[in-house]
Amino acid sequence: MNRRSFVNVLLGGTLLGAAASLLYPVIRYLLPPRQAEATANEVTAAKTGELAPNTAKIFKFGSSPAILVNTAQGELRAFAATCTHLSCTVFYEASTESLFCPCHNGRFDLAGHVLGGPPPAPLETYEVAVVGQDIVVSKRA
Amino acid sequence: MIRLKRWTGSALLAFSLACLPLGLLAQKNTCLECHNELEDSLQAPAKGFAQDIHQKYGLTCTACHGGDAKQEDMDLAKGRTFRGVPARKNIPELCGGCHGNAASMRAFNPSLRVDQLELYGTSRHGQLLKKGDTKVAVCTDCHGVHGILPSNVPKSLTFPWNIPETCGRCHADRATMKAYSIPADQLAEYKKSVHARALFEKKDLTAPTCNDCHGNHGATPPQVASIAYVCRQCHSATAELFSRSPHRPAFDQAELHECEACHGKHKILPATDEMLGTGPGSVCLQCHEAGSKPYKVASGMRAALDEFLRRRDLAETLLDTAERQGVEVSEAKFKLKEAETALIMLRNLTHSLSLEEVKAKAAEGEKDLAQVTASGEAALKEGKSRRVGLVITTGFLFLLAIALFFKIRQIQKKQLL
Amino acid sequence: MKKWSQNLAGYFEQRLKLSGLASFARKKTVPEHGYSFWYFFGGICLFLFILQVVTGIFLLLYYKPSAEGAHESILFIMSHVKFGWLIRSVHSWSANLLMGIIFIHMFSTFFLKAYRKPRELTWVSGFFLLVLFMAFGFSGYLLPWNELSYFATKVGTDIVGSLPLIGKALKTFVLGGQEVSPATLSRFFWFHIAALPALTVLILGLHIWLVQVLGMSVPGRVKPETVREMPFFPNFLLKDALGWILVLVLVGVLCVFFPWETGAKADPLASAPVGIKPEWYFTFMFTTLKLIPPHIFFISGEVLGIMAFLMGGLFWLLVPYLDRKANRGKSSPVFTGIGVVVLLYIMVMTAVTYLLPRL
Repeated sequence: MNRRSFVNVLLGGTLLGAAASLLYPVIRYLLPPRQAEATANEVTAAKTGELAPNTAKIFKFGSSPAILVNTAQGELRAFAATCTHLSCTVFYEASTESLFCPCHNGRFDLAGHVLGGPPPAPLETYEVAVVGQDIVVSKRA
Repeated sequence: MIRLKRWTGSALLAFSLACLPLGLLAQKNTCLECHNELEDSLQAPAKGFAQDIHQKYGLTCTACHGGDAKQEDMDLAKGRTFRGVPARKNIPELCGGCHGNAASMRAFNPSLRVDQLELYGTSRHGQLLKKGDTKVAVCTDCHGVHGILPSNVPKSLTFPWNIPETCGRCHADRATMKAYSIPADQLAEYKKSVHARALFEKKDLTAPTCNDCHGNHGATPPQVASIAYVCRQCHSATAELFSRSPHRPAFDQAELHECEACHGKHKILPATDEMLGTGPGSVCLQCHEAGSKPYKVASGMRAALDEFLRRRDLAETLLDTAERQGVEVSEAKFKLKEAETALIMLRNLTHSLSLEEVKAKAAEGEKDLAQVTASGEAALKEGKSRRVGLVITTGFLFLLAIALFFKIRQIQKKQLL
Repeated sequence: MKKWSQNLAGYFEQRLKLSGLASFARKKTVPEHGYSFWYFFGGICLFLFILQVVTGIFLLLYYKPSAEGAHESILFIMSHVKFGWLIRSVHSWSANLLMGIIFIHMFSTFFLKAYRKPRELTWVSGFFLLVLFMAFGFSGYLLPWNELSYFATKVGTDIVGSLPLIGKALKTFVLGGQEVSPATLSRFFWFHIAALPALTVLILGLHIWLVQVLGMSVPGRVKPETVREMPFFPNFLLKDALGWILVLVLVGVLCVFFPWETGAKADPLASAPVGIKPEWYFTFMFTTLKLIPPHIFFISGEVLGIMAFLMGGLFWLLVPYLDRKANRGKSSPVFTGIGVVVLLYIMVMTAVTYLLPRL
């Protein structure tokens, strides 16, 4: 192979390689990601049947923790799980059917209202909707 | 239409003007008028009373001091009913005359309690006063006298963050407390505590101050058996664990002051991990000898906690490194926060003295940590693969640039021919 | 082999009639001399602009232009979309590189006096392109809807609002209301992907057309005997391509080692972060306004500053018509001097913004 065609081959080959290494990320980018788009106002917290009555689950809503409660009567309720006193995460106490903050004894009822302890403000409540197999939690308008 | 006489208007006017002094007479308070003209300690009551809550309810000097506030002349103003400055030993009964009477309080503020006098009688202050000691606190020492404000007003002497200083006026004075053989360091100690920090710095009005543990009017040092109940008001989860642990009966038997034995009483500092286990700073060693079963439990619990912390730190470092490399780890960081909650509950659980429960909780938290660590490692891998990808692409691009360079040279050479 | 390519060329010529263009391109030459290195910067601007359009179109696939969704969609692109971090970082880095290269291109053409007759319109269209790209940068900066971008937009539009007479109306038009709000986000998005690209295509088209048709300007100080003519195709184009590849490598390195951060979501109720400032290419104006005393002879210092910049911009725009000496082919040290002062001023004021942040 003479000098001239070597340069041409080099040019063609590196052009192909460069094009491929640039095209690869673009194509991967265009293919839809596995996880669905997450919006700030709505998230799928759980699947139907995942929670037994009188139990709860912590899930991520935006960048803060939230709690989905399946009440003893089988009703689904969701709240922001950050205690309004000093921001510990509340948990569901099945024996008292209330949300309890272990840090300083703050207690909230299943409407988010403060029942006792130091918290100065109620927990933000969220809308819960069952869409097919999904339990979708969204912010109130 | 009634025919009015021409002089009707002027007559009405004259009548109203004559009535004016009568109206002023109704609000006349010669005590305040006179005392406001005076100086220093004789003027102070009149000046202070302007802010007083009692004044807002229409009560005046005569309600406590007697006399007649309508009389200009001083002797007539005092009359036969003037009581002068009440003696200290009579003050609780004086205030209690209204404040302890449900019927009279209902007229002014139905929501106020009416048991203060009764409670005061049960307190150390009240008991000593009954025995004749007038140096103890009476109503006016804490609430003020002529400028009494309700407790929910920040300037009030009994507003939560003013209470330590109010109690401290006597209880932090060594000379005063010496007579009763009570130490005078409580205020200074309290000010160093985590509760004081919450109250004064974070302005958290729910933080405990003197009256939350000692009571208001029935102030008494808590009994040995009841300290746990006092702390339980806020720290119920911990107190419950303590109450069902072997420490409860043991402490009661040894007449140890429950929570206070390890955490102190006024200078309560944030609990540290050093307090647990068998190292220096451990409170367990106060009672338990090396090699004993409790010693082993303490050591086991500390080990579980330390292991959890080690894994937590590892996960955090992983995430920080990945983040510095530019990989998004916000979801993993969220999961790490959940591990923080587990850590709070784990530290709390040590009060149960049950090694099994502590280990179980640690295992639960470590599951979350394992997830975070996995995410962290995946993030680091992602960071590495980005660099690898860059090297490959840059390699190709550089080779392409070199090929182009040669091509240009080639073309230029050809063009010269 | 030759016959195959000839047949293909013939097929397209019959249908596209591009032979005139092709012969123009084949005959076109570019002067080569001591300063011809500066010719490449215009092309790099074009390359970066194309990169912006392409990555911008890709980002449009996942970006949500609403106050509730914008920040989250950026987070989603950075963490869940494959190579989303790359596309987004390329877009952010190229934007900044583009502004820098535009300044280099502008000052090089200024000092080499490429605006002389008959290239006045090239300079004028270039000036408008500068304004358009600054608008691109300003509008694009808000789109991630994070803390920094929210307050930088607020600070920037406050300055617009202080213009005499038209300030308030202009600010309301730009913001879509009285202050920065979700309406502003929609409006800036419209500016960024529709209005500004449309205007840019028109003016950039004119700019490139002029450059092609009028050819490259040779600086006055270059002796004509030393100028060699190189063919535009393939020599100049291949050299251009070489430059573009190196710029691409630079962008790649920057994106991998310094990916663009997502920041905290904008909270209109929070107070502005300390030391908030606009993007670096605005900082020379921003710092000037900060340093001007509040009142100069009863006129608001800020208004005086803005008017000074507007007058300065007008002067800059009209340089081809003002620099009569250069048009006559003579050296014009006055204008060179003005250019040096302007360049130094921009550099110093930009540096001051970052070296003395507590002004």
